[in-house]
Amino acid sequence: MELKTLMIIVVSSIFINNFVLSRFLGICPYIGVSKKIDSAIGMGFAVVFVMTLASMVTWLINNFLLKPSPSNLFYILFSPKEPPDLMFLKTIAFILVIASLVQFVEMVIQKLSPGLYRSLGIYLPLITTNCAILGVTILNLDLNYSFIESIVHGFSAGLGFTLALILMAGIRERLELAPIPESLKGIPIAFIMASLMSIAFLGFSGLKIG
Amino acid sequence: MSLTKEFFKGFYTENPVFRLALGLCPTLAVSNSVQNAVGMGVAATFVLICSNVIISLIRNVVPKKIRIPIYIVVIATFVTIVDLVMAAFAPDLHKSLGIFVPLIVVNCIILGRAEAFAGKNSVFYSFLDGLGMGIGFLLALTLIGVTRELLGDGKIWGIPMFGSGFEPVLLFILPPGAFLTLGLYLGLFNWIDNKTKK
Repeated sequence: MELKTLMIIVVSSIFINNFVLSRFLGICPYIGVSKKIDSAIGMGFAVVFVMTLASMVTWLINNFLLKPSPSNLFYILFSPKEPPDLMFLKTIAFILVIASLVQFVEMVIQKLSPGLYRSLGIYLPLITTNCAILGVTILNLDLNYSFIESIVHGFSAGLGFTLALILMAGIRERLELAPIPESLKGIPIAFIMASLMSIAFLGFSGLKIG
Repeated sequence: MSLTKEFFKGFYTENPVFRLALGLCPTLAVSNSVQNAVGMGVAATFVLICSNVIISLIRNVVPKKIRIPIYIVVIATFVTIVDLVMAAFAPDLHKSLGIFVPLIVVNCIILGRAEAFAGKNSVFYSFLDGLGMGIGFLLALTLIGVTRELLGDGKIWGIPMFGSGFEPVLLFILPPGAFLTLGLYLGLFNWIDNKTKK
């Protein structure tokens, strides 16, 4: 695939189809971790890392274990009459891969940066239930991306998520000092902020690329 | 632990969307029309009830350290079932819900109730909890869905509600409208809560 296709994927995942503000994936950690810019950045990088790795591993699993193609490992090893179609196992297989990757990332962060580990708190294991990660792996499948395209998509989707997260954290840090009505404090005002950011990002949908 | 309390708490006092802030991703994504909202609500309720029951049945044999991956596999199995059944018997709904059908697996409501309730309580109460929470989720989705479809399209369930002179506010069925509607409803329920506390 050409560099042009990859650049289109990058621009569209970060801006035009931003995972949080257009696709509604990754809302729970978005609301939960976006109170401080530091934890937002840390969470963002963890998500980018897990998304990229997950895209890689799930593509391999999809192509060599689940798809009914001649390169299916079960077909090669056990030689049934025709390649087995195991696509229905995608949900279970993908989520198990993601759960293990998150466990792994958690151990790495705990070793390398205990401060970050503590500030992320409960939200680190919660990356497993982050719809954005399972979402990007299923999207790679639906959009029929090749190996490189899947990795680029995973990486830039993570960047888009991080961008939205850091923007939201910056705004919420300032909101701490603003006079907000009692019933709107906390999550409601965060959603109203997200709505305004989403309108801004809607402007990108007029971008003509490719 | 009373029967009615465990069942009805999911409707309002512990409504998963408006009080516990769980399951927000699908709430925002599928509430752009009432058909999608109800379809998702029913599918998620089915998965929630089945997984609550199974997890409650196996709660005494599951080792504590690996309980989360086991819960996830149970939930993923039921989601796969729902996915295939929906694709076979309701293909239009399956197509408009898109990737949010497999994403029911990571719906925080389901894993959250499994961890917080089904893993510690009997099968009957877990079933009630699942049913109540599921209905609460369905109600929340429907409320937001009706608001968004009515204001953004002038219809409910595809039936036009206003005359032809009604100019819909397109924003409501687009992503910003989802955030705005949910944020305002959350604020409204907070306000009601504050008023009744005084």
